[in-house]
Amino acid sequence: MVDIHVTINNKTFATVKAPTIADFKLSLNSGEFVCLVGASGCGKTTLLNIIADLDHDYDGDILVDKQHKIPKIGYIFQNPRLLPWRTVRENIELVLEDQHAASTIDALLETMQLTQHQHVYADRLSLGMSRRVSIIRAFAINPDILLMDEPFVSLDPPTARQVRALLLQLWQHRPHTVLFVTHDLREAIILADKLIFLSATPMQIISEISVPIPRHERHNEQAVETFRQQLLNDHPKISQLL
Amino acid sequence: MPNKGLSFLSALLFLAVWQGLSSYLDSNTLPTPATVAVVFWKECRSGELPFHLGVTLLRLVVSFIIAMGLGCAIGILLGRNKKLDVFFDNWLVIFLNVPALVTIILCYVWFGLVEAAAILAVVVNKLPNVIVTIREGTRTLDPDLLAMARCYRFSRRKTLIHVIWPQLHPFVMGATRSGLALIWKIILVVELLGRSNGMGYQLHLFFQMFDVASILAYTVAFVSVIQLIELTILKPLDRKSQQWRR
Repeated sequence: MVDIHVTINNKTFATVKAPTIADFKLSLNSGEFVCLVGASGCGKTTLLNIIADLDHDYDGDILVDKQHKIPKIGYIFQNPRLLPWRTVRENIELVLEDQHAASTIDALLETMQLTQHQHVYADRLSLGMSRRVSIIRAFAINPDILLMDEPFVSLDPPTARQVRALLLQLWQHRPHTVLFVTHDLREAIILADKLIFLSATPMQIISEISVPIPRHERHNEQAVETFRQQLLNDHPKISQLL
Repeated sequence: MPNKGLSFLSALLFLAVWQGLSSYLDSNTLPTPATVAVVFWKECRSGELPFHLGVTLLRLVVSFIIAMGLGCAIGILLGRNKKLDVFFDNWLVIFLNVPALVTIILCYVWFGLVEAAAILAVVVNKLPNVIVTIREGTRTLDPDLLAMARCYRFSRRKTLIHVIWPQLHPFVMGATRSGLALIWKIILVVELLGRSNGMGYQLHLFFQMFDVASILAYTVAFVSVIQLIELTILKPLDRKSQQWRR
């Protein structure tokens, strides 16, 4: 696990004049679960794509352990992006280079309750299951950093709760540095060590707030709700944002 | 199965119409199905038909493999690379629109009446179609899946086999089907103009003798072989690669 420092001086898309991201600095400590909270369209996905090396067209700098190298990325996209013509297991195997990872995959499938479905074509899965597979795929490569782009959006609340719980369970098993994007403050409080609030374009950090609720208290909705109210009262800027 | 009965009925109707017409006209230029069957049997026994059909099929297979292989490679390249595509687009339009007969004549004039020239003529005729089809397919590739492949550091080979090829499959099958039909039509002209064996050569001989029964017998043989390819190779291939679909 590694520390990661992201500096983006300027990211402007060719089709729009104003910069999407400007003077942006973000540091992630190793093993930390960080939630980025901001309105839709403020540039969160753009940021993740830059970190994932999918977008090179920006002025800035990404340091991994103080070196210029591309970190190993596990990316859980907004849509699951599984290969529909491959089975669940094949989808996971494909991201792994060595062929001796069977036990890793077995364990991951077990944790995510997908062992029964491992030989089903990805095309036939429900959205909740596809999301779980894409989570497994990201964990399987043992990444330096896990990027998650609203992975629970458009799931019904019970399914979202279930997948969220499975994700937390997996993460506590295998701690990774996580950058989790969401616009749902309650979800962010349940998951994160640290919340980072982002402004509308050009995207900048408004404030960073640690979540003081201990991990085993996170399923207590009352505690989460109290903290959320307190947060919104103390930081009027944030309540404007959401 | 009512569908099977239906297609059997339609085949029967076709034969009946043929039989009716030829009895009514009572002319050498439209022999009855029975006459054609007899000629077909005689040609098979003498070994003539299998030989010429085999020669033509061999040419078909060789030129088909070359055209599909090259066409897929170039099509993917042009579909993925905008600059190359713009540059070669004009070339493609030119080659698409040169009449088949012109390429065949030019190939024979430039390279002589040899086997390689015949194959080349067929390939040049077919290649632009494959390129265009595969290029269109490559343009519709899902950018989300390609980004996923890049993010998870798929090698070029892995990306091609597991991400690109399955998406191109319907386009490749389309190019295969239209390609087989196109190639075998062109191949006959190629043989007619500059080869001394094969279906085209035989048909030319029969034409000079106004031997319609033999022409029809050869046609039946060829159509049957193409149907056989469809049923035993293409259909199962389709089924196998589409089984992931709901």
